[in-house]
Amino acid sequence: MELVYFLIESIVKVVVVFGVLMGAVAYLTLAERKILGRIQVRYGPTRVGPFGLFQPIADGIKAFFKEDLVPAKAHKALFVAAPMISITAAISLFAVIPFGAVIEFFGRKISLVIADLDIGLLYVFAVASLGEYGVVLGGWSGYNKYGLMGALRAAAQMISYEIALALSVMGVLMISGTLNLVEIVQQQAGGHWNAFYHFQFFPFIFYLICALAEINRTPFDMPEAEAELACGFNIEYSSMKFALFFMAEYAHLIAVCAIATTLFLGGWDGPFHLPPTLSWIWFVAKTGVLVYVFIWQRGTFPRLRYDQIMRFGWKFLLPLTLANIFVTGLIMVVRGQ
Amino acid sequence: MRVMTGMWSFIKGIGMVIARAYALAKGLRLTLATFFTRPVTIRYPEHKREVAPRWRGVHYFDCNEKGDTRCVACGLCVAVCPSQCIRLVAVELENGERYPETYEINSVRCIYCGLCAEACPVDAIKLGRGYEFVAHRRQDLVLDKERLLANRPGGAP
Amino acid sequence: MVEQVFYWIAFIMTSMTALFAAVMVITRSNPISAAMFLVLNFVSVAILYLLLRFPFIAVIQVMIYAGAIMMLVVFVIMLLNVEEEERRKKIAVSLAQVISVVLVLMLCAQLVVGVGIQKIPGKHGAFTAEQLAEVGDVKAVAQMLFTTYLFPFEIASIILLVGIIGAVILSKKER
Repeated sequence: MELVYFLIESIVKVVVVFGVLMGAVAYLTLAERKILGRIQVRYGPTRVGPFGLFQPIADGIKAFFKEDLVPAKAHKALFVAAPMISITAAISLFAVIPFGAVIEFFGRKISLVIADLDIGLLYVFAVASLGEYGVVLGGWSGYNKYGLMGALRAAAQMISYEIALALSVMGVLMISGTLNLVEIVQQQAGGHWNAFYHFQFFPFIFYLICALAEINRTPFDMPEAEAELACGFNIEYSSMKFALFFMAEYAHLIAVCAIATTLFLGGWDGPFHLPPTLSWIWFVAKTGVLVYVFIWQRGTFPRLRYDQIMRFGWKFLLPLTLANIFVTGLIMVVRGQ
Repeated sequence: MRVMTGMWSFIKGIGMVIARAYALAKGLRLTLATFFTRPVTIRYPEHKREVAPRWRGVHYFDCNEKGDTRCVACGLCVAVCPSQCIRLVAVELENGERYPETYEINSVRCIYCGLCAEACPVDAIKLGRGYEFVAHRRQDLVLDKERLLANRPGGAP
Repeated sequence: MVEQVFYWIAFIMTSMTALFAAVMVITRSNPISAAMFLVLNFVSVAILYLLLRFPFIAVIQVMIYAGAIMMLVVFVIMLLNVEEEERRKKIAVSLAQVISVVLVLMLCAQLVVGVGIQKIPGKHGAFTAEQLAEVGDVKAVAQMLFTTYLFPFEIASIILLVGIIGAVILSKKER
């Protein structure tokens, strides 16, 4: 009987998270266009529905009815598989992210996380590293020189920034002493957020920068540099396959923001206490602010050159994140933890 | 000595990083400020841009008391038109006046320089303020006498 | 009971996938296809580790082998633009191939004898499955690494450092 309850609980959680995530992804595309528009002193989409609110639906219908092209010389299987890998990896990240405190439901304790893994953070990195194949294979399999260039850049950039990304969260791991994301959040309860209380503000910034590079967004959108590579890795994609890449990018964006919230900003912990049933509001709010920051900086910074990105990653972020491990250790010793 | 120069370059490096971070922050502040300003977009079909007082839009014929064109078919506009987009066939009426049998302005070729309006001795052809005229076929953009008359302010729709 | 059935279904499916992927790796003519099947193989082996209740190794397997190393392999294949290998029509049997077949057969025989016929007891250490579940496998591995096996661990890191320095020197342009 316990197994049945567990199954029902898991399925409900998965369905809810998936539904909310897909809705958020759809409306994030609209939000990004709106915010970028406002930054450029114009309105974004306003025509479809009130304030353009039905724009994602229109985009979805359009993508669905476009012709689904596969280039004649493409590697068919990998060409089809690449967007699937991307979206699967992006959605799988949400399995370990805790959304709220433990709630009671008909006398049953339910924690608002799909899988409470002991190695949650490692799982995140593992899945993220698998997701890179989507971009790399997508660029390669289309048999297009621009796609190949994008794939090569993606591979090099992601390998480089993955290291700095992993090192930037090392301070948090040292402080909390666990890889379990739920426990990491619980230890930050009561305003002891890692980013501020534990002096992890700079690693937090480094994490955001590396995350930007990992999900290939401006200013690090080398794999799909429109100006030089004509959309790079997704150049040969059309219709739903392109839409899958698109959704994967936005799901990834939400995922890295949610992880940043969990690791550095205290997850569902807020300035004032909410009942456990509503604790997810803080989580959503913080993630939303981070998503806004990502879109905001996209409207601000120009794209870097390829060698600049590499130099920045290896010669600036890597030493500083390494130094942060030392500094965090020093702080922990001084504080006597 | 080497330690000193090393220290010095280290401090310089930190200063450079701070300066660059400050530059990035300045950019972020600017975009945040523009985010909260009102968009300057004029949402076209609902709101329209006010045209300048000397705006030269689509042509129209001024009419006389009878409601017909004032044009006397002198041919000055045809002669002056730099893009040669005006076609005029003149006839002589019974009372001896010259009258344009056909008068067509090819508004696709026209460059809206306004020389025809300046050349006209009787102020018949003028450039109006309208700029919204579209058609699916090029022939429909050739303005004949009736359409030119209809184009005048307060003319037939 | 249900858990046992589920466990066996999962085990058989993943092990079959791993074997299938391994066979595909050595039979594909396209290097990228082979590399991707190797990734599939690594992932299914990782799931096998999961079924052994050792998630740490599973995740490390995915992260390091499937994620990082195979990504580099794919990167190099793309960079060098390796063409598809042509199928050889004739198989020329040379002495080296005969020897290698004999060696492989010996290895197989060893495996069969070792796993099937003779029962290997295995060395019982301090960390049994129950204790691992209590301590957490990450902590157990870390404790071993930083206490008992600290010296080999440090040696490994120094070897890696030497490798990094060597790579830097090799790739440095002559001034």
